[in-house]
Amino acid sequence: MSRLAAVGVAVLLIAPAFVLSGYHLFQTTMLAVYALAILGLDLVTGTTGQVSLGHGAFYAIGAYVTAILMASFNWPYWATLPVAGAVCAALGFAIGLPALRLRGPYLALVTLALAAAVPQILRAKALETWTGGAQGIVLSGPEVPALLPLSADQFLYLFVLAIAALLFLAAHLLLRGRIRRAMAAIRDHPLAAEAAGIDVAAIKTRAFAISALFTGIAGSLGALVVQFVAPDSFEVMLSIALFVGLVVGGTGSLPGAVAGAGFVLFVPNLSELVSKSAPGVVYGVLLVAALFVMPSGAAGALRRLVASRRRARPDTA
Amino acid sequence: MLTRRTLLQGTAAASLVPAGRALAADMPGVTASEIRIGNTNPHSGPASAWGVIATAEAAYFQMINDQGGINGRKIAFQSLDDGYSPPRTVAQTRKLVEEDEVSFMFNGLGTACQTAVRQYLNAKKVPQLFVATGADKFGDPQHFPWTMGWNPSYRTEAAIYGKYLVQEKPNAKVGVLYQNDDFGKDYLLGLKDGMGEHYASMVVKEVSYESTDPTIDSQAISLQSAGVDAVVTAALPKIAAQMIRKIADLNWHPLHIMSNVSVSVAAVLIPAGPEKAIGMLTAAYQKDNSDPRWVNDPGMEEWRGFMKKYLPSADLADANFGYGFATAGTMAHVLRQCGDDLSRANVMKQAASISGLQAPTFLPGVLIATSPSNFHPIRAMQMQKWDGAAWQLFGPVITA
Repeated sequence: MSRLAAVGVAVLLIAPAFVLSGYHLFQTTMLAVYALAILGLDLVTGTTGQVSLGHGAFYAIGAYVTAILMASFNWPYWATLPVAGAVCAALGFAIGLPALRLRGPYLALVTLALAAAVPQILRAKALETWTGGAQGIVLSGPEVPALLPLSADQFLYLFVLAIAALLFLAAHLLLRGRIRRAMAAIRDHPLAAEAAGIDVAAIKTRAFAISALFTGIAGSLGALVVQFVAPDSFEVMLSIALFVGLVVGGTGSLPGAVAGAGFVLFVPNLSELVSKSAPGVVYGVLLVAALFVMPSGAAGALRRLVASRRRARPDTA
Repeated sequence: MLTRRTLLQGTAAASLVPAGRALAADMPGVTASEIRIGNTNPHSGPASAWGVIATAEAAYFQMINDQGGINGRKIAFQSLDDGYSPPRTVAQTRKLVEEDEVSFMFNGLGTACQTAVRQYLNAKKVPQLFVATGADKFGDPQHFPWTMGWNPSYRTEAAIYGKYLVQEKPNAKVGVLYQNDDFGKDYLLGLKDGMGEHYASMVVKEVSYESTDPTIDSQAISLQSAGVDAVVTAALPKIAAQMIRKIADLNWHPLHIMSNVSVSVAAVLIPAGPEKAIGMLTAAYQKDNSDPRWVNDPGMEEWRGFMKKYLPSADLADANFGYGFATAGTMAHVLRQCGDDLSRANVMKQAASISGLQAPTFLPGVLIATSPSNFHPIRAMQMQKWDGAAWQLFGPVITA
């Protein structure tokens, strides 16, 4: 049964490449990218309880590592991903250090400062040779391997899907083990966690590093899909949008990350359809409505739905 | 008469396919009664003050449609929000081109946003017309034959200052203060364009500043001590105000030309001290609605009539409405010139052959003109001088 389900899921995931075309496939690819970015945020905020309003910064740095390696050093696109991940992991570890002393709103502000600083740093004169300053960097998209009968959009989707699936699997395995209980303990009661012998400092900094690695690779993939990076692409609102996606999607859940990405990607366009003059207001109303209807996010709503069905039909449980 | 189009339409009707789809192979985004035009603008987010440009353009096309459209076709203008974020510009542009099947993109806003879609639109051979940015790179027909700018670029403006100096002050010792980035460097290039071989002999000193520098006092002093008697300042408002004040404090009286982005009365001249800037020069291309000389001007009356009818609650002091009126007017002119051939190739061809269009809101003699090798539609401006209370136009229109 579970093998059949796995095959079903795989078919469902691969199908868009052959069913959707052009713009829709592009949006689905971006959905996978944002889901991965939100998954990264979830590891540190949802699971470990350390609020970050600055994950857009890791996304931006991942994107720029890929763009710079490709444009200035002629690296092949695939080789830039591990570097982007490693750079972001190191940076995430460093940001995790203040997290050892700061809690709640204070930590949130430090990460917000990071998100505000990164676009300015990317514009800096000293780095312009590599970053292209405010003008950014134009990339050429990955070339489709000659043997594959795929369009550029199809190949890009399948490549992003493969990387995202790999990282989702890694997150799944990680969250099954002991470390998840340690992370949750830190979130729910840091003092008790420490008393129980959990190395709080080590877990927090590692959670930040892994989280930044995920979001950084998402940024790197995002750069390949959009084929352009500029400071304007990674303003503070990106970090806020990722946070909104996490809350709406629901913390501590892999499908929740996908649902959250859907909110980030589609609700701004939906708001625009409703009102062109005040899309921000419509967005706000939809956000409040989503939180009201699904107080623990899409993932929580799904869990409750499944639970109530099981109660209704106990024999199938 | 049996033309290729009527044939196509006949086939379309016979096979019960909407006419628009059948025509798409020939002229995407065009039907017998409509032409679809796409646009991206920041309707939300930090740059949303510019969103009204699309509002003005939509109103202009509404006016055209009320008058019966162009060649019997109504204009279906669709502007989508990109929040000034390049990834969203890519998504929205792809939506407009691939899903809504617009004929072409018009006046998309923002240097970074439009750079993000330039490669895509050129690869698909979809015209990216009259983009709303001052970056010089959007007029590069050799490398991007489907992309055309509109705004006079910084380089064009500086070339006009260069020509003015060569003509009016051939013996001047020119000094340049410029911001050390793309904006400032476009100015240096433009001055070289305008001054030609005189640049080497006339420009005695170039000094730069970083956008993060707190002051430019030492730069001003070094220009003065080099014997400069004509200063060109390519600076953003904060540094521009400092430069005006420092020149006055040094009791130095050079001819001072200020970049057009930093001539706002509220943001530059009042902070610097309006009396300290008396005699300062800059260039302009549009009529200023607050200038009393245009009170009875027919062109401005036309614009005010349009605003009253189609955007009655809009603020006439917002220059973006005049801007949108002129860009949409340029677009309508190109579509009229296309006649019945609204293929993308012909739209681009006609956009590249505008011969001397006088927009109602432009200064007399500032003409919009393009050619297959000139993708910078506005290359002429007129000099104006600050008299302590207002900008006064003078002299002829200068073409870069």
